[in-house]
Amino acid sequence: MAEVSCRKVVKEYDGGVQAVKGIDLDIADHEFVVLVGPSGCGKSTTLRMIAGLEEITSGEIWIGGDVVNDVPPRDRDIAMVFQNYALYPHMSVFDNMAFGLKLRKFPKEEIKRRVDEAARILDIGMLLERKPRAVSGGQRQRVAMGRAIVRNPKVFLFDEPLSNLDAKLRVQMRTEIKKVHQTVKTTTVYVTHDQIEAMTLADRVVVMNHGIIEQVGSPAEVYHHPTSRFVAGFIGSPAMNFLPCHIEEAGGGGLSVRVNSAIQVAIPAERTARYMPFKGKEMVFGIRPEHLTQRKEEDRPGFEPLDLLVDVVEPMGMETMVHFFVDGAPICARLDPATNAEPEKMLGLTADMNQMHIMEKDTGKVIY
Amino acid sequence: MSTTTLDARASAKRRKTSLHSQRLWALWGSYAALAVFVVIFLVPPFYTVVTSLKSSAEISAQVGSPWMVNHPTLDNFWYLITYPNFQTYYLNSAMITAVTVVVSMTISVMAAFSLSRMGFWGSQTLSTGVFLTYLVPPSLLFIPLFQIVGMMGLINNLWCLALLYPTLAVPFCTWIMIGYFSSIPRELDEAALIDGASYIQILLKIFIPVAMPGIIAATIFAFTVAWGAFLYPLAYLYTSSQMVLTVGIISDLIRGDVFQWGKIMAACLLASLPPIVIYAFLMDYYVAGLTAGATKG
Repeated sequence: MAEVSCRKVVKEYDGGVQAVKGIDLDIADHEFVVLVGPSGCGKSTTLRMIAGLEEITSGEIWIGGDVVNDVPPRDRDIAMVFQNYALYPHMSVFDNMAFGLKLRKFPKEEIKRRVDEAARILDIGMLLERKPRAVSGGQRQRVAMGRAIVRNPKVFLFDEPLSNLDAKLRVQMRTEIKKVHQTVKTTTVYVTHDQIEAMTLADRVVVMNHGIIEQVGSPAEVYHHPTSRFVAGFIGSPAMNFLPCHIEEAGGGGLSVRVNSAIQVAIPAERTARYMPFKGKEMVFGIRPEHLTQRKEEDRPGFEPLDLLVDVVEPMGMETMVHFFVDGAPICARLDPATNAEPEKMLGLTADMNQMHIMEKDTGKVIY
Repeated sequence: MSTTTLDARASAKRRKTSLHSQRLWALWGSYAALAVFVVIFLVPPFYTVVTSLKSSAEISAQVGSPWMVNHPTLDNFWYLITYPNFQTYYLNSAMITAVTVVVSMTISVMAAFSLSRMGFWGSQTLSTGVFLTYLVPPSLLFIPLFQIVGMMGLINNLWCLALLYPTLAVPFCTWIMIGYFSSIPRELDEAALIDGASYIQILLKIFIPVAMPGIIAATIFAFTVAWGAFLYPLAYLYTSSQMVLTVGIISDLIRGDVFQWGKIMAACLLASLPPIVIYAFLMDYYVAGLTAGATKG
């Protein structure tokens, strides 16, 4: 078990392309950290640098209190699970799991004990004699995890391990991974582009974009208190709605968000001080789909009326997504399935302004 | 409504019939083309077998069909099997081939692994260079090589072939192996690296077992090169004790202007036995290996 730290880590490829631009990250012992971001954001490169599969251009990586910049992967005491499983096709499941232990000259009885224990945890005991081609995708991924577990390494590294599985199996394996971490408690760094995986698995989520860390925080933090427009838009499905706006003075010393000549919504009084310095400036108004609800009679503080023309209605069973357009910008509301929304008709909504976000237009920084 | 349905059915039937007849024509065309190839490729071996079973008298007699054997005999085979020179040639060929295969495959597998996986500076250029050397014909090389072999004092020494044949086999075998190794997912060696394997362990414990079809394909190629080479032994060897099969058959069984056709044909058949046996057993691997190398994954 060990902490992992990245200090000003840079990865520059031939031709001067920087995949990772000087990131700082501290991962505590036993922690489950998920690196999440779109393709090309540098999350896999960061993981591979921690693994020792990519050289670091500059900076330092620490594992368990030691700088490992020049330590080869085999001496870093890490285990990695790959997207395509990377099982040795000519070896049985048992041999795949035992390979690392055999190379490290563990006694046979110890190898058997560890493999049997990992197989028990992952429920693959009946597959040990089979070759990888004779087991299913989900089982292969379990074997790959078993190969990591038997080594009892300081750190587990997962590189998009569920991307090759179908949607149902992905959900099932997600739970398995969480269960395994709860059992073995090994420090884990997990890379995914799927923000739902990130939210469900992580103790802390690291949101990356263009080679930098946009935000580090608990799943609740990055969801409810994003620090940038990128994080606000990336975390959450459907994504947060964004509308260009101006902050205007409203009656009684309050402020309001002016989207266009027809749409103006009041900002809750307790946020007035926060947004006052931005009065009259071009900003971006952000609100999540679940914070737009169909208007009911009662009038609660901070809930502002909004009338929009419905574009598309998507019933999904437990909820209904209703899509609108405001000045060409798409807006989505997550409504109760009993909604009477119909395309091409106006719908009365309520915006929960207690949950709104205001961002700077140029920098995307969320104002707190 | 019903008229529309009927029209649709009729149109579907027409399409199906047209597709069926097209497939039929394509099949007949394939059979015809294959029949021509079978005749072209199988007539020479058939004639070899027929001639090897004839006595010299029957071969030289200008009566009857040359495609038939009237008085079959195994004398030609028996003569060769008990002929000491032929035994020497066979043994020499077998030894040189075995050494060539082992040397060529050792060099090729290690070269291909380092070129395809170790990612050092210039590895791409070297890979192309390896293949380009294969394009230089042996007929261009044998005169400069004669100088080198002469300087080493290996003219008329069987073992000079063990030195020369790998120059023919290694480039192509390396090329096949580079293609095959490149088709192995990179995560496999990365997983092995993390598991604690050194590069040599990755090669021995992961790559060689996984790339066995490619290795067999390359081995068959190296075997064929060494077993069937003609030019180099012709140029560098001249005594019976050092001779190999390909040149030995010609030099021993053609005396002046007398061609002992029956014995020549029998010798050819006996010489063809090892490649036939090897191809028959390993053909599936051979095809799989070449295909994997070609498509790169």
